[in-house]
Amino acid sequence: MARHRNVRNRHYSDEYYDEDLYGNSVEEDSCLSPSDTAQWMYDRSRNQQAISHFLDSANDIQEESEDEHPNISQPALERRESTDIRSLNLDEENEAKLMSCLDALRDILGDTISENILIQSVLKHNFDYDKALDEILNNNKSKQHGVPKVEPAKPTLTIDPLKPAAVISVPKVIATNLEPKSMAIVKGFKIGLSEDSGSRPQTPRDQSPCTERAAIKTEQIEEVKTPKVKENKVDPNKQYNQERGSDKDHLYIVVIGHVDAGKSTLMGRLLCDLGEVSQKTLHKYEQESKKIGKQSFMYAWVLDETGEERVRGITMDVGRAQFETKTKHVIILDAPGHADFIPNMITGAGQADVALLVIDATRGEFESGFDLGGQTREHALLVRSLGVSQLAVAVNKLDTSNWSQERFNEITKKLKSFLKQAGFKDSDVTYVPCSGLTGENLIKPPNEPELLQWYNGPCLLDVIDNFNVPERPVSKPLRMSVNDVFKGTGSGFCVSGRIENGMLSKGDKVLICPTKEMAEVRSISLNDLSSNVGFAGDQVVATISGVEMQNVSVGCVLSDPIQQVPVTSRFEARIVVFNVKVPITKGFPVLIHHQSLVESANIVKLKALLNKSTGELIKKKPRCLGNNSVAVVEIEVCRPICVERYKDVKELGRVMLRVAGVTIAAGLVTDIVTT
Amino acid sequence: MKLIFKSIEKDGCGSIGLIPEEPEDMWHAFNLIAEGDAVTASTVRKVQTESSTGSSTSNRVRTTLTITVENIDFDTQACVLRLKGRNIVENQYVKMGAYHTLDLELNRKFTLKKALWDSVALERVDTACDPATNADVAAVVMQEGLAHVCLITPSMTLVRSKIDMNIPRKRKGFVQQHEKGLNKFYDAVMQAILRPKNVDFNIVKCVIIASPGFVKDQFFDYMIQQAIKTDNKLLLDNRGKFLLVKAASGFKHSLKEVLQEPAVLAKISDTKAAGEVKLLESFYTMLQLEPAKAFYGKKHIDKANEAQAIETLMISDKLFRCQDIQKRKEYVAIVDSVRENGGDVRIFSSMHVSGEQLDQLTGIAAVLRFPMPELEDSDAEDGDSESDSD
Repeated sequence: MARHRNVRNRHYSDEYYDEDLYGNSVEEDSCLSPSDTAQWMYDRSRNQQAISHFLDSANDIQEESEDEHPNISQPALERRESTDIRSLNLDEENEAKLMSCLDALRDILGDTISENILIQSVLKHNFDYDKALDEILNNNKSKQHGVPKVEPAKPTLTIDPLKPAAVISVPKVIATNLEPKSMAIVKGFKIGLSEDSGSRPQTPRDQSPCTERAAIKTEQIEEVKTPKVKENKVDPNKQYNQERGSDKDHLYIVVIGHVDAGKSTLMGRLLCDLGEVSQKTLHKYEQESKKIGKQSFMYAWVLDETGEERVRGITMDVGRAQFETKTKHVIILDAPGHADFIPNMITGAGQADVALLVIDATRGEFESGFDLGGQTREHALLVRSLGVSQLAVAVNKLDTSNWSQERFNEITKKLKSFLKQAGFKDSDVTYVPCSGLTGENLIKPPNEPELLQWYNGPCLLDVIDNFNVPERPVSKPLRMSVNDVFKGTGSGFCVSGRIENGMLSKGDKVLICPTKEMAEVRSISLNDLSSNVGFAGDQVVATISGVEMQNVSVGCVLSDPIQQVPVTSRFEARIVVFNVKVPITKGFPVLIHHQSLVESANIVKLKALLNKSTGELIKKKPRCLGNNSVAVVEIEVCRPICVERYKDVKELGRVMLRVAGVTIAAGLVTDIVTT
Repeated sequence: MKLIFKSIEKDGCGSIGLIPEEPEDMWHAFNLIAEGDAVTASTVRKVQTESSTGSSTSNRVRTTLTITVENIDFDTQACVLRLKGRNIVENQYVKMGAYHTLDLELNRKFTLKKALWDSVALERVDTACDPATNADVAAVVMQEGLAHVCLITPSMTLVRSKIDMNIPRKRKGFVQQHEKGLNKFYDAVMQAILRPKNVDFNIVKCVIIASPGFVKDQFFDYMIQQAIKTDNKLLLDNRGKFLLVKAASGFKHSLKEVLQEPAVLAKISDTKAAGEVKLLESFYTMLQLEPAKAFYGKKHIDKANEAQAIETLMISDKLFRCQDIQKRKEYVAIVDSVRENGGDVRIFSSMHVSGEQLDQLTGIAAVLRFPMPELEDSDAEDGDSESDSD
């Protein structure tokens, strides 16, 4: 462990050193004087303020968010002092004792409490199991006190009653790891313990300086009840409220748009302005991008990390980053705009709650991106078919047309009619003029006089803040679709993906479909912070053990072992055909995109042609399906995959059909043919 | 394939002697031989002999046997054809009616006797014996994490190697893992190409590398770099044979797009595969533009044929391999009558990607000379039985 840290430290210092080198080499290598280069190189930011100017402003923001920062990192703190059994230097006998104590404790506590805490307390009490248990339970209770302290300013009361009311609680869905019998024991202990109330504050959270003491007092009355909620862990809704009720809502937003619309730059800029990117890094990017003559890409480099992406100046795979707004914790998924990488874009969009469509307002660029063949249309259609209903349209690069209102209106008018046709409600679409490179109207109201003349709407950050967070079906059986499998640090390997349904907690046994193998979740990390539990809607990285890495691939689904996800190679779907060059017939080979999975499939039967608006049957067994038709078809996939009926699980019931790099249809699974 | 002799009576029965010379000829033989035919070929059989004292010895003897075929097996990967059936000509080793499985061997003569040599079978013999040099093309369709190394021969597309790997995505701080995974993947693809069984650079005309995005360029660069590093003469000498084209994905059926690429067409215009893809495409275009002029399914085709409306008939060779003799006769009749009426008949190889698609599309499709909207209206309840029969 310690060695790892050494390496990490050294790496950091290397980087600093590197940076100095880059700074030097720029001066030494270029034989042209900077003024000469400026003469020959196009630099869009030239007539705007210097880059360093923005850096200062970024600095300001950082100061502001400073007091927010410790709060965020708080939950991680207790886990950061991770104790590995091996690192404790126990001899064999003691280790055996420790293990048996841990097992006994786990019998009672389940996996609600992290192993580190267990180990610590066991060691503290010299392997005395009863004492350790006492202490843990005491601490546990005191932890409850800690939870509301994290963000006392936020009115938790407004959120709490909303959630349980909206989600239909399904009591039969039971988190598997807690057996009811042990709960009774916990209860018994609790009562006794709360009376003597000798809880010593031990977790770092308890020792943390709490910001507003006054607020706690008012909530103290409520806290008496909270331990009971903890016992009732069987109800995921309550646990969700407990864990997340006080947190900011998590919102996943996918950034889409035509190639070179400035998606990465816009997001990179947003992150910089919000102070999520350190000045040092940014300076490095600036130097490096200047070196290869692409200074305008410096912000994009925040998200485009691979060498290939930087050299070519395009995003190839979905980039991820996160920031916070007033009310939300936003995770952005920066999708590639290039037509060749639409499969990657679908992966990203499949995980998102809302979308941000970036439009290049430059004359000619918008037109080429929007006309048939441009990705603006296809992306918008795709995200709509993937279930995204709220959309923000960032009309980017409006500085190139001098913030002309005419241009803005022209673009929004065209988009409005198209988006309406694509199925977006007018009320769910917001249009924001902005510029990614200059940072105009991103996080602050605009300064440009030309823009101020006619625009008084919200800035981009406010628009993002105003999105509604969709319902999280936490009480349904677990479904988590895997979009990446990789080796993590330490034992086991990691799968990352989005929890579509239900919740995943540390120590859970999950079934990996379609291979149907059992695995155990060793640890979960949520947005780069380790966590004990993940809920529906979260993007998590789970370390799992018990299966071979080769047997888990992208597109697998981690499922509840009791209520399993259906696995089939043949299903019926209702599809909407987009603009196709050739009609769809029986036997049409397609690529099927289902979550992150891409698999080749065949349309084996055309069952019925339906009326587009009414859904009435027009023709049974049509010969072929032309443009814009709606039909019921049967699809056979080469390999069995995990699909759900749309009415059961929306996210797993959606499929995209693509042929030769063009999306030809979007479908909803209506029935699963058991094979 | 070499034709040794051909003796066919007026009523269509008779026998033909052939020598298969290439693996591809096995495919032709597979299409020629039907159940019930009599095949004579040299084979190896284990024979047990009992001496007068009662001890038995078994030894392998090479002998020529004639069997009536009961079962046909074709291994597409190894191009081996196995025929199982009863012996009908007794000799000193094998009794009458004993079962034997013939393995047809390259460069060994076999004689095929049929009760009826129809036009399709005879045509197959002609094409098989056509000495025109057939150009093989190797194609690698790939995307990140998935690659198919295929060999396209005149009548077959063989997947020589499929590489399916999991490549970790890029993520903050883990970029190396992604790049490492990619390199591993490229290496696997390169090894697959280098395996002499897969791609024989002496035979193939060109090696097509197709992928979406920059995967093909990255891969090609990687391969050449590796070749220089390891001083691989084979790759460096054949560098000019590589052809980089765009494909939408790494799945096998994107070969269809690859074969339509103008750059590829220029090189392989004479291969059957490209022609078939083009033809099928024109059928689909017709279906889009004038649905009353493009039909598929036996029932529709029958009716169109009655009206002598068929201009181009596309039919999969799978239909001629069907076990039901009556059905085969029907299909042969359609082919003959379309030819008689001046129509063009193209028999698709079901081993090509286009043929696979046609197979799914009931196996038979046609572009008509004039629109027949009345066909469209007549309720099409057929088709299922045919496509599900296999």
